[in-house]
Amino acid sequence: MSATDLRTRPRREQTPGAWLGRATVVVITVFFVLFFAVPIVWLLIATGKSPHALITTGPFALGSLGDLSANWEALVRFQDGIVFQWLGNSLLYSVGALVITLITTIPAGYALALGNFRGRKVLLTTTLVVMLIPNTALVLPIFLEMSAINLIGNPLAAILPFSFFPFGVYLTYIYFSTSVPRDLLNAARIDGCGELAVFARIAMPLALPVIALVGFFSFVANWNNFFLPFLTVPGRAAPIQVGLTELLGSVPAFNPTSAGVTAIELPTLAVATLLSVTPVLLVFLFSQRFLVAGLTAGGTKE
Amino acid sequence: MTAPALDDSPSAAAAGSPREGRRQRAATPHRSVTVKWSRFSYVFVSGYVLFALAFGVLPTLYAVFIAFLDNEGRFSGITNFTKVLADFRFWPAAAHVGLFLLVWLVALMVLVTLLALVVHGIGRRWLSSSLRFVYYIPGALAGASSVVLWLFVLNPTVSPVSAVLHAFGFETFVQTVSPGNLPVVFAVIAFWTGAGNWIIVMYGALNSIPDEVLEAARMDGAGAVRTALHIQLPMLRKWIAYMAVMSLAAGAQLFVEPRVLSQATHAVVPTDWSLNQLTYLYAFKQQDLNGSAAIAVLLLVASLAVSLFFVVRGGLFERD
Repeated sequence: MSATDLRTRPRREQTPGAWLGRATVVVITVFFVLFFAVPIVWLLIATGKSPHALITTGPFALGSLGDLSANWEALVRFQDGIVFQWLGNSLLYSVGALVITLITTIPAGYALALGNFRGRKVLLTTTLVVMLIPNTALVLPIFLEMSAINLIGNPLAAILPFSFFPFGVYLTYIYFSTSVPRDLLNAARIDGCGELAVFARIAMPLALPVIALVGFFSFVANWNNFFLPFLTVPGRAAPIQVGLTELLGSVPAFNPTSAGVTAIELPTLAVATLLSVTPVLLVFLFSQRFLVAGLTAGGTKE
Repeated sequence: MTAPALDDSPSAAAAGSPREGRRQRAATPHRSVTVKWSRFSYVFVSGYVLFALAFGVLPTLYAVFIAFLDNEGRFSGITNFTKVLADFRFWPAAAHVGLFLLVWLVALMVLVTLLALVVHGIGRRWLSSSLRFVYYIPGALAGASSVVLWLFVLNPTVSPVSAVLHAFGFETFVQTVSPGNLPVVFAVIAFWTGAGNWIIVMYGALNSIPDEVLEAARMDGAGAVRTALHIQLPMLRKWIAYMAVMSLAAGAQLFVEPRVLSQATHAVVPTDWSLNQLTYLYAFKQQDLNGSAAIAVLLLVASLAVSLFFVVRGGLFERD
C-alpha cells in the first residue's frame, strides 16, 4: 500500500494544507537524519586530523591520511598497545558468552514453546519478568557473588553473567510457537525420530533466522556492556568499552590535572572510539537487511 | 495465530490426555511419545535454568540477604535501608534520575511514534529503508563509546554542531554540561543511541495494520493526520506502553553516561549524580557493601514491580 500512498496523493489534493503537511514531513525527516548521522560522520572525519587541525579547521574539513596514521600510532603506543589487549578481551567475552547463550537459550525456547512439562508456565513467566529487568540492576549483586567465589578478574566473571540472556529465550519461544507447527514434530516422532534428532534435524534448521537474531542481540549487548565488566574484570582484563574510559583519563583536554606520562590527544581518542565500535558496526552493516526484517517480524502480530 | 497462550499450561489439559493441552486432540494420542518429550524438555531447559539460577536468582537473593546485615555480618533489620534513604545524596540522585526519565520518556514516546509514522508513510521503498537504517545505526554505539563520542559533540571547541551550542550560549564544555542541563544532555544521548531500535519496532507494528483498513479510511476522506490519530495510534498503543516500561526500567539504572561525563569534566558532573553511581560509591569508596546492596535492592524492587505489573496486567505477552 505504501507504494501508492504518497505518490498519488499530492497530485490529487494540492491544497495549501497538504503542501504544508508535506513540507513539515520533509523538515522533520531531514532534521532527524542530520541528528542521527552527523555525529558518526564527524567521528569518521575527526580520526584523520591532527590535534591542532581538529580545533582550528571546520568540523567537516577533511584531514589527511598522514595524520590518521599518526593518530593510530599514538593509540598503539599507549601502554604498549594495550588497546589490542582490550579488543581481544572484548572479543573473547562477547564470543564466549554468545556461544554459551546459543547453546542454552535455543533449546530452552524450543522446549518452552513446544513442550509441556511441569514448571513450564513458571519458567516462562520468570523469563518475561527477568527480561524486563535491566541487566544493570543485577550488576552489583553479581559482582558480590563473583567476589565471593574469587572469580574477579577472571574472564569467566564476564563470560558467565553475559551468558544469561532471557531475551534470547523469549525470542526463540515466540519464534517456535508462531512458526513451527507441533504436528510436524509429532510426525517425525511417529516416524521413529528420537527427541534429540527431532530437535537437531527438524527444529534447528527451521530456527536459523531466530538463531541469527539471538546471536546478533547477544553479541551487541555483550560488546557494549560497561557496568558489569567494569566491576568484575578490571585492569588488563578489561574489555574495550572499559578501556576507552581509561584512555579518556589520559586526555589532557578533559583532564587537565592528569597530564601524566602518556597524554592522549583528542583525535587519538576519536580513533579509539571508532575502533571500539567497528566490530558492532560491521555486524550491523552486514546484517542490516535481515535484521530490519527480523525486527519487523517481531513487531507484527500475524 | 498459532501461538499458545501464556495460560495454556498443563493444568488446563483436557480430561483423558493428562499431559497435553488442547492441541492433543488434534494430534495423536501417543502417550509414550509425549511422556518422553516431556522428560526431554527438562534436558532442553536445564542449561538456561542453571544460568537463570546462578546469575538471576542467586545474586538477587544474596543482595537481599546482605542488605539486611551490618558490616560485621549480623542481622540488622532495615538499618541499611533507613541509612541510605537518609543519605543526603540519595534524594538528589533520585530526583536527577527522575527528571532525566521524564525528559527522555516524553521524547521517546512523541518522537519515536512521529518518526515511525513518517517513515511508514513514505512511498519510496529505498528511501524508507535508508531512513530506517540511518536512524538505527547509532544503536551500534551504545555504552561508553557513545558517551565518548558525545563528549566531542558537546564540546564547543571541536563540536560538529558548535554553532548550535553557541546559539544556546555555551562557550565551553563545562558550560554545556552544567548541572541544570544534565537531564536533557543524558536524554539526548540516550535518544540518539536507542530511538532507532524502537522506530523499527513501531514500523513493524504499523506494517501489521491491514492495507484495506487504511484504504477504507482514505476512501472516507481521512487525511494522513486523521488516519494516524484514529487508526494507527490506537494500534500502536501497546507498543508505546511497552517501550515506555522498558525504557523506564533501563533508564532508572543510569550509570555509564554520568560516570564518563564526571570523569571527563573532572567531577563538575558529580560522581554521585545517579542512583547507580551511589551504589558504586557505597561499595567501592566507602567499603559499605551492605549499604550498596540496600540501594541495589531498592532499584531492583522498583524495576521488578514495574515489569511484574506489565507482565501481569499489561497484556503484551498474551497471544491470541
